[in-house]
Amino acid sequence: MKTYSLFVLILLAFNFYSFAQTENKGYKVNDEAIDFSLKNIDGKMVSLKDYKDAKGIILIFTCNHCPFSKAYEDRIIALHHMYAAKGFPVVAINSNDAIAYPEDSYENMMERAADKHFPFAYLHDETQEYAKLYGAVKTPHVFILKKVKDQFKVAYIGAIDDNSNEPELVKKKYAENALNALLAGHEVKPNFTKAVGCSIKWKS
Amino acid sequence: MKSVEILFVCFILIFCSVQSNAQKKVDIVKFDWYKNIRASQNDTTYVINFWATWCMPCLHELPEFEKLTEAYKNKKVKVILVSLDFYKKLNITVIPYLEKTRIQAEVVLLNEPDYNAWIDKVDKKWEGSIPATVIFNNQKNFYHFMENETTFTELEKLINSIK
Repeated sequence: MKTYSLFVLILLAFNFYSFAQTENKGYKVNDEAIDFSLKNIDGKMVSLKDYKDAKGIILIFTCNHCPFSKAYEDRIIALHHMYAAKGFPVVAINSNDAIAYPEDSYENMMERAADKHFPFAYLHDETQEYAKLYGAVKTPHVFILKKVKDQFKVAYIGAIDDNSNEPELVKKKYAENALNALLAGHEVKPNFTKAVGCSIKWKS
Repeated sequence: MKSVEILFVCFILIFCSVQSNAQKKVDIVKFDWYKNIRASQNDTTYVINFWATWCMPCLHELPEFEKLTEAYKNKKVKVILVSLDFYKKLNITVIPYLEKTRIQAEVVLLNEPDYNAWIDKVDKKWEGSIPATVIFNNQKNFYHFMENETTFTELEKLINSIK
């Protein structure tokens, strides 16, 4: 009996532990996305409200150093080229701690954006406030926002597609499907996907 | 001259055998591999760590799993390191890294690029970041998942809590 109750106690303790860990994990689909003011690679501050004519935003938490982010760079640029004119421009945000990953510093962001000719804003979330608010945990991590009146609502959270390393073998274009559904006024399905990526390195 | 040649051949042979001894064996597996292990009905405690060579916190954590492998090598504890590296990098990046660091634990490479299709099947709580670790003992009804860097001490505590 004694060992049994100890076992239950341990189970309870673990349940509580995992519960505490999963609390407050950022946005879910249909949540209202908060606006921000973050420094772009050209030195200017950028906010969601600056995108007056947009139907929405393809917000992507990404960075310089992560092999997954690198593997998706060209596809992120292509997304912008495909959807900006239709009202959904890409806005990229780097929230990584530059002390842990010097490659992700603001200076290196400028350099990377120049090398790759990023056609979209690449913002520096130096305090990591917005990665935490949105619930971005890895890179790349996509949040497609849809403009409803003057607010931005989260319409899709997750991966860009189903194959990071071999773009030629992609079968499910999750982000494109979501965007096409939004443009056609259809329900986004799936509106949430998971992917492995580099964890965003939090400041200690 | 001939003896020099023989010596040379001997040297090559020794070199090759040393090489093959050092060659770390890593199977490329599909998700069924995990499903089977997860369902195994025995008294072994499995410690399954998802990692990759591109993941700095994972590499930082690997020595903790090595310590566990060594400390529990005669016990019913099995540490398996599941690499999520790109399968084409197995011989270029993964095996050289394992050999350089002399990793003793069993290593497999899980080649399932559509993460969304299987992450929830490992654990619904898993958001997709690594390192992530699953510890279970099916006979003792023990299961624990964590999506963060862990330590030998924490792992040992969990294993010792299995009654």
